[in-house]
Amino acid sequence: MNITDETIEYVAALAKLELSSEEKEKAKKDLGSILSYIDTMNELNTDNIEPMSHVFPIKNVFREDIVTNESNRDTLLSNAPKQKDGCFIVPKTIE
Amino acid sequence: MKSYEMVIGLEVHVELATETKIFCGCTTKFGGEPNTHCCPVCTGMPGTLPVLNKKVVEFAIATGLALNCKINQNCKFDRKNYFYPDLPKAYQVSQLYLPLCHHGGIEIQVNGAKKIIGIHEIHMEEDAGKLIHDSWEDCTLVDYNRCGVPLIEIVSEPDMRSAEEVIAYLDKLKLILQYLGVSDCKMQEGSLRADINLSVREAGAKEFGTRTEMKNMNSFKAIARAIEGERKRQIELLEEGKAVIQETRRWDDNKDTSFAMRSKEDAQDYRYFPEPDLVPIEISDEWIDEINNRQPELRDEKMLRYETEYDIPAYDAGIITSSKRMADIFEKTVAICKKPKEVSNWLMVETMRLLKESEMEPEDIGFSPNNLARLIGLVQDNKINRTVAKEVFEIIFKDNIEPEAYVKEHGLMMVNDEGELRSVVEKVIAANQTSVADYRGGKDKALGYLVGQTMKEMKGKADPGMVNRILKEILTKD
Amino acid sequence: MDLTSLSALELGSKIKNKEVTVEEAVKAQLEKIKAKDKEYNCYITVLEEEALARGKEVQRLIEEGKLDSPLAGVPVVIKDNICTKGVKTTCASKILYNFIPPYDATVVEKLLNAGAVIIGKANMDEFAMGNTTETSIFGETKNPHNTEYVPGGSSGGSAAAVAAEEAFYALGSDTGGSIRQPSSFCGVTGIKPTYGTVSRYGLIAYASSLDQIGPIGKNVSDCAAVLDIISGYDSKDSTSIKQDSYNYTKALVNDVKGMRIGIPKGYLGKGLDEEVRTSILGAAEVLREKGAIVEEFELDAVDYAIPAYYVIASAEASSNLSRYDGIKYGYRTEDFEGLQEMYKKTRSEGFGNEVKRRMMIGSFVLSSGYYDAYYKKALKVKALIKEGFDKAFEKYDIIFGPTAPSTAPKLGESLSEPLKMYLGDIYTVSVNLAGLPAISLPCGADSTGLPIGLQLIGKHFGEKDIIRAAYSYEQSR
Ligand SMILES: [Mg+2]
Ligand SMILES: [Zn+2]
Repeated sequence: MNITDETIEYVAALAKLELSSEEKEKAKKDLGSILSYIDTMNELNTDNIEPMSHVFPIKNVFREDIVTNESNRDTLLSNAPKQKDGCFIVPKTIE
Repeated sequence: MKSYEMVIGLEVHVELATETKIFCGCTTKFGGEPNTHCCPVCTGMPGTLPVLNKKVVEFAIATGLALNCKINQNCKFDRKNYFYPDLPKAYQVSQLYLPLCHHGGIEIQVNGAKKIIGIHEIHMEEDAGKLIHDSWEDCTLVDYNRCGVPLIEIVSEPDMRSAEEVIAYLDKLKLILQYLGVSDCKMQEGSLRADINLSVREAGAKEFGTRTEMKNMNSFKAIARAIEGERKRQIELLEEGKAVIQETRRWDDNKDTSFAMRSKEDAQDYRYFPEPDLVPIEISDEWIDEINNRQPELRDEKMLRYETEYDIPAYDAGIITSSKRMADIFEKTVAICKKPKEVSNWLMVETMRLLKESEMEPEDIGFSPNNLARLIGLVQDNKINRTVAKEVFEIIFKDNIEPEAYVKEHGLMMVNDEGELRSVVEKVIAANQTSVADYRGGKDKALGYLVGQTMKEMKGKADPGMVNRILKEILTKD
Repeated sequence: MDLTSLSALELGSKIKNKEVTVEEAVKAQLEKIKAKDKEYNCYITVLEEEALARGKEVQRLIEEGKLDSPLAGVPVVIKDNICTKGVKTTCASKILYNFIPPYDATVVEKLLNAGAVIIGKANMDEFAMGNTTETSIFGETKNPHNTEYVPGGSSGGSAAAVAAEEAFYALGSDTGGSIRQPSSFCGVTGIKPTYGTVSRYGLIAYASSLDQIGPIGKNVSDCAAVLDIISGYDSKDSTSIKQDSYNYTKALVNDVKGMRIGIPKGYLGKGLDEEVRTSILGAAEVLREKGAIVEEFELDAVDYAIPAYYVIASAEASSNLSRYDGIKYGYRTEDFEGLQEMYKKTRSEGFGNEVKRRMMIGSFVLSSGYYDAYYKKALKVKALIKEGFDKAFEKYDIIFGPTAPSTAPKLGESLSEPLKMYLGDIYTVSVNLAGLPAISLPCGADSTGLPIGLQLIGKHFGEKDIIRAAYSYEQSR
């Protein structure tokens, strides 16, 4: 499969990655060969086959609507690269 | 200028009134210190897994049934992938391929005309967190308290043609949801949020125009204004020969205008796929029946029952049932005091007046049915008169006080001590000889004046019937 | 005597019989790690003080009669994608270089309840994506049999630690072969349980529908004993499946009489190293001699397992790994202008090449216009693969074959050609797609002395079948 620059840029944007021009070239080549190989799936006739996401026919796994958690803010925030006033901090989101 | 028609469809997000979040045991309480209603699951910590809250499915099915939908008896969750700081996993667990409910509809009425608004689907999903802009440090604070609160998204067909229809639809929807008890529908707290998909087309045209999606309206008034604003904006564009761009716009109610929300470079490709961490849901006929049997009485049924069971006018029944809270108070109060017409009057007149004066919604009513019933009892037993009762009710409305105690404490009990009344009447007669003469001269009106004077002396606490009787007695005797 | 050469069960019974204290065992293990790990690099984290303190505590509990697990007091190493409360859990990635989970994975809880002493966290391929344990930011792990070779991956640190006697047993995770293939390369034994048998709660996800935690040990008995402890229904994992019995040590029976064993013809064909083939067929012969019925058969659709696997695993990974955005935990880039740049730089600097590659494949196969052709197609292929196995298990109790097409490659040979590396998963990935249990155990060595692994695949919840067959084979070696 031939992967274009646009495709690589589009996919990198979806994955929120920034690639250098060498990385882009390498990615084009790798993705091309991997996807070509993946395309061999098309040799297999799958007409009338239901796509299967779960192997086991397990259904209806629920929990009851009962509060079980207590506030544990310090622990939750302890891994944050930046925090303030009990919140995670990000660059401003409103332009 | 040509004549144009609007085509409007709504996506309504409703926060469900469950105790816990959709996939973890955290509370759904509104507010709270930031990030105190959170756990590793709802903050997207590595290695954590979701487990579905059964109540969410039941509430969603109940809503589907009330909105005349078909229930998808095999349904499952999908992931919607996008990056934003309010979404800690960078995907929202939602439903795309097999939503829980579809093909429903509800009837609305605008200016006497009835119309069905189709419901395309209802799906379950998780809410996102909240972003708070910190202008001091020019950064954004992230609070995940709301993250994982269960939502249903009710997607209508593009069946609405005016702001009035939209408001009627939302009103009806809100009432149904409140009656079901699946949501408190408080727009100010974000538990009911409507996104508006709107396009315009030349009157009579078959094809839809290009639509925009508008977000961030937090009252029905704002929705009406946003619709009008967007209608004008789109028509102006078309009149100038420009195209409407399909985009998401954010309504700013203060500036009375909307802004395009996302930049174009940001690709909208959500890469939905079946959620592997959750298993499918199979909804049996029995389960649906069970929920159906548990469905509470909805408004239309309730109105009919009020007319027949309580013998109150359709008009009154309409007003009382226009809010679930009001209807609840009505029924509970009647159950205690057995006086439907009295209760209805207190709600229709005094309660409505006080709500309006204090700019409150019926949902905010804070007094207990018990206290209203006791007030009605006091009037009934001639313990206080109506004037005093109105005064007391204002206090009940405000502070939910116990009427007996209040009346006693403030000496508002009606005086029906014959001796005390008689001495006051005698004092009034002595001081108003002209009126006495007038009455005796055949002017019946003079009696009313004397009653009024007595009541004034008694600060309104006298039983008017008794005053009347004693006055007549003395005046005819002498 | 060198305690570290004991098996986990042997050490457990010596502790129980008061021949050895837990502290002595922990100290011996720590010394071995100190002596060897500079060379092999099996560990990301060694918990020296914590393990010694825990050792004392466990000894006390044993003396008080509060612990009766056969593995009480035995030190264990946990793969570094399994969350350990208060102990750094990195997935061998820069993006989680400093992440300290505030919770234990369910398996860790279970091990601790059984008196385990966690001695450290094992090296691995970054986010379990790889076959060589060369993609770790903490440096590659080396094969203890020959340090010029890779230990396999992604649970390479776990397998190598067991092989080097740097651990009595280990936990690994297996998404496409990540327990079995390194076990095979390092000459140890590893089990990938039936999907849903061991809780995934606390396992940092690579591909949720395929991931399973499992044991790596010095022999079949050790693995069965560990599986007894870590398996079980968990209400925190919605894909957990309740089973009647979790007693796997019961299946340690030296008897395969009448057992029906099928060898897929495709597993012996093109691409299989000659020395591996000879070894595998030799093992088949051993089982036949012990009374098993062994025959070759045609396994349907299995040729398409690798493409289907890479589509499904990459798609799920692209979603699972999106949460690493520099906001809640882990690495955040130093210099950035605005939110979008923070995202992109954090992720570009935080992830290694193989992880980026799979996230990009995953994003591509799910993107609009390609979903049906790739993702949906892969789910259909998966359905056919499962159907193929279902048919096979109507005729056979277990499926038999090699774990990997060759013995361990040299360090530095694999990463430059990703596609070739992916093809090494040919015998393992279909097991994950179909959710089956499988075991890899040593069955010889090639001419350079590198171990060869034999793979036994069971039907759903057929752990006992493969454990029995593996144990029987092991007893005859
Ligand atoms: Mg939505
Ligand atoms: Zn939570």
